[in-house]
Amino acid sequence: MTFRRSSREQMAARVASDIREGMYVNLGIGLPTLVGNFLPRDREIFLHSENGILGMGPAPAAGEEDPTLINAGKQPVTLLPGGCFFHHGDSFAMMRGGHLDVCVLGAFQVSHRGDLANWHTGALDAIPAVGGAMDLAIGARQVCVMMEHTTKTGESKIVERCSYPLTGVACVKRIYTDLAVLDVLPEGLKVVEMVEGLSFDELARLTAAPLLSAGLR
Amino acid sequence: MIDKVVSSLAAAVEGIRDGSTIMVGGFGTAGMPFALIGALLEQGARELTVVSNNAGNGDTGLAALLAQRRVRKIICSFPRQPDSQVFDALYRAKQIELELVPQGNLAARIQAGGAGIGAFYTPTGYGTPLAEGKETREIDGRQYVLEYPIRADVALIKAQTADRWGNLVYRKTARNFGPIMATAARCTIAEVSAVVPLGGLDPEAVVTPGIFVRRVVCPREGELRAAVVR
Repeated sequence: MTFRRSSREQMAARVASDIREGMYVNLGIGLPTLVGNFLPRDREIFLHSENGILGMGPAPAAGEEDPTLINAGKQPVTLLPGGCFFHHGDSFAMMRGGHLDVCVLGAFQVSHRGDLANWHTGALDAIPAVGGAMDLAIGARQVCVMMEHTTKTGESKIVERCSYPLTGVACVKRIYTDLAVLDVLPEGLKVVEMVEGLSFDELARLTAAPLLSAGLR
Repeated sequence: MIDKVVSSLAAAVEGIRDGSTIMVGGFGTAGMPFALIGALLEQGARELTVVSNNAGNGDTGLAALLAQRRVRKIICSFPRQPDSQVFDALYRAKQIELELVPQGNLAARIQAGGAGIGAFYTPTGYGTPLAEGKETREIDGRQYVLEYPIRADVALIKAQTADRWGNLVYRKTARNFGPIMATAARCTIAEVSAVVPLGGLDPEAVVTPGIFVRRVVCPREGELRAAVVR
């Protein structure tokens, strides 16, 4: 049987379907930002941006941009009615103090214990930059990763032990990939769902860490 | 009569010494005090340690200060950006020292500096290369890293409106590091877009009380343009 990998948009829609009414949510830079486009309009969800916004709205219409109203990726955004601004001390108190319900982060690698590597490849000539990634990784109540299951060269991004420098230790609770949704449980990685046509054995072959077989099928 | 509003950009940055530690507000270019940085370029202080979230964008503002080799060390969370070519080149040539700090630790260290806290335990960075060599402690079953405060000689920040006592309000996400940096420097200098008479700011809406602000400057339109296109 053949399977097709989820597109970036399908992954974003899948993540968005788990975000419930009233949640305070931080969407990381890159792939996770797409999730915002798929949040159901009939749910009130509070988007947080680390540079001091709660109630962040979508990108403004062309010509309506305000250079003082940007998101963590430094792109122009809008503020929803009821939204507010605050300084970095308050913003990171929200992040580290366990006030955010969910954050969705991109990743280079995640280990089956939930270790996260997403800030640095460790390459000697790379210029390091960490931003708020380490604060989100240890601070949000539910830390989710959204990423392709494998690298461009086909290596699994889910690993037994991260080879890249860590962002946080045992912090990831759920992994959304273009092949599957997995929960990081104390006993190991549990497959929650797989794309249509993908077998458990094939997923296990594409994953460089053990998967729990119970609870599936 | 107390009037913290100075009449020129040169007067705003007067007395900044070589070797100073300078906090610079802003997240990207939002909240970047361009006119004050332009004035600091003119003023000439060098061998500076800069504390700022980013390490300059494009060729203006903080990037211009770096390009003139006036900065010995930068303490920041996110130096690498699509337009951080000035910093990137200096870093690769080992001509600038970088202390990379997770953004929340940067904010908390600045707040600790402003609040007179000696040090604090933070969960951020535990088990990562950025906590290597630092003291750790388990508190209530969780692992923490000991971090020390950051204080500065000078903070250069951008606010929207001030009064002559130095009370400040900000604009949208240009607020970012301004209010916390204002607390952590011996001399906080605020660049503003407008000055109103005493009583002109809603006291319930003041974000930075004037006690944290030493000087206020409201650049003229031409000075601002010159700073941004410099």
